[in-house]
Amino acid sequence: MMMIECPWCGKRDQSEFTAHGEAHIARPLDTFGLSDQQWGDYVFFRSNPKGLHYERWVHSFGCRQWFNVARNTATDEVYASYKPGEAKPIIKATTSRAKK
Amino acid sequence: MNKYSIFNLARQAKNYHQNWQAAWRSPEPKKHYDVVIVGGGGHGLATAYYLAKECGITNVAVLEKGWIGGGNTGRNTTIIRSNYLWDESAALYDHAVDLWGGLSQELNYNVMYSPRGVLHVAHSVHDLQEIGRRGNAIHLNGIKSKFMTPEEIVKMVPYMNLDCRFPVMGGLFQQLGGTARHDAVAWGYARAADALGVDIIQNCEVTGFDIKGGTVKGMATSKGKISADKVGVVVAGHCSVLADMAGFRLPIESFPLQALVSEPVKPCVDQVIMSNGVHAYISQSDKGELVIGASSDLYTSYTQRGGFDVIEDTLQAIVELYPALSRMKMLRQWGGIVDVTVDRSPILSKTPVDNLFFNCGWGTGGFKATPGSGHVFAHSIAEGNMHPYAAPFSIDRFNSGALVDEGAASAVAH
Ligand SMILES: Cc1cc2nc3c(=O)[nH]c(=O)nc-3n(C[C@H](O)[C@H](O)[C@H](O)COP(=O)(O)OP(=O)(O)OC[C@H]3O[C@@H](n4cnc5c(N)ncnc54)[C@H](O)[C@@H]3O)c2cc1C
Ligand SMILES: [Zn+2]
Repeated sequence: MMMIECPWCGKRDQSEFTAHGEAHIARPLDTFGLSDQQWGDYVFFRSNPKGLHYERWVHSFGCRQWFNVARNTATDEVYASYKPGEAKPIIKATTSRAKK
Repeated sequence: MNKYSIFNLARQAKNYHQNWQAAWRSPEPKKHYDVVIVGGGGHGLATAYYLAKECGITNVAVLEKGWIGGGNTGRNTTIIRSNYLWDESAALYDHAVDLWGGLSQELNYNVMYSPRGVLHVAHSVHDLQEIGRRGNAIHLNGIKSKFMTPEEIVKMVPYMNLDCRFPVMGGLFQQLGGTARHDAVAWGYARAADALGVDIIQNCEVTGFDIKGGTVKGMATSKGKISADKVGVVVAGHCSVLADMAGFRLPIESFPLQALVSEPVKPCVDQVIMSNGVHAYISQSDKGELVIGASSDLYTSYTQRGGFDVIEDTLQAIVELYPALSRMKMLRQWGGIVDVTVDRSPILSKTPVDNLFFNCGWGTGGFKATPGSGHVFAHSIAEGNMHPYAAPFSIDRFNSGALVDEGAASAVAH
């Protein structure tokens, strides 16, 4: 069973949380100038890596705050949690196909 | 190829079954193939079979990093149905249901296709409206099915507790839905493709593509470099990893999906019964095990495991609907990695790289489509243009906006 560290509540069982996919995808500012290609890429396309993944979680059955997690999707090892707005922590990759 | 028949069975019995030929060869890879299929699941093997059988392309290899059928094909709960909402889906999935009917004869391999019927139960007015809308849509597509009242459901499934916490208010029954034996589908296609000259190469992982001037020329594998005129990638949960090797992204995320089976018991569950409302479905294998599943784990992962909380939720729903099963012992549990698109429809498509085709995004529900998917994908690769049934499922739809939204049809029901 996976344990996740909420930056506000501490280490809790994964079933208290909800995952919301890849983090650090900024909404484009020039929304009127965007082509269908660019809109589609922003809304639907994801890197979905096997290895290091920076992702958003909500502590749904706890404090209901959003935060980010760095996790290895090949092993489910959780490396770090950090608050929204903070920079990605640098993680020394442990799997072959893990990326920046 | 040694044909499987009653006469051959008798003939081989005389030699204590010592002389059966291996079901397929295990050749070393050649330097070059006309077409290489990456991924030896049901969809990849079916593609190779139809390439050789119907498109006259026999210089074909299937490269599988583990053992064939070891991915989602050998991990799924084998439910077959075609009661999807949109015309595009109905055409594609019903094409598969058509092929399932004659598949054992076609492959000379018993895939144990059993159209025992699939029942979706509704627990709320909203559920009823959803099956009503979907039921009417599939009637228009000529796919046989019927609405059932609670009284009719009780007659068919006497052990169901309709008066549970979210009472059962009705159902949609597709008579020709059912199950098939997953391993037999992989092995049957492999054996039949091999007999037509296709090389099936196991323990051969693709680790990179050789792309020149925007066209794929071949690939690096754990068994050395292989060149190919065309490449079809059919790797389910790992499609984003392969796309990354080719330099593009997909509108897909990979999640674990779990299933479990009970100890074998005498026949008691005659149909496949699923509930999107309380999140669980059940059927019984011919060995007698109850086959149980539910929704996927809700975070991306490649671990083929998943969390215990999902199993607990699933079994709570099962016990609520079928109190008689509360003391059944579960024997095995496992997970597969499913490749999920936002519109819950697959991707059969050309890619930004010429001569590189992807067949993926089948997510939690692609087993049922295996023969149809392989069939249209083979024709698409051979002709270099997507088959009419495959065309609506291109990657471009995520940029054009022409999604094929099957969210409701495949919520929990795989
Ligand atoms: C628990 C569970 C229950 C399900 N229940 C149902 C159901 O009831 N009904 C239904 O219709 N569908 C169901 N599905 C979905 C269904 O199993 C899949 O959609 C379908 O089997 C996909 O087949 P495939 O051949 O595309 O993929 P797979 O069978 O997964 O084959 C892909 C293959 O590619 C190989 N591969 C990956 N990377 C590489 C590489 N780099 N090089 C070479 N090979 C590689 C893998 O090892 C794998 O064998 C379920 C899935 C799961 C996990
Ligand atoms: Zn918290």
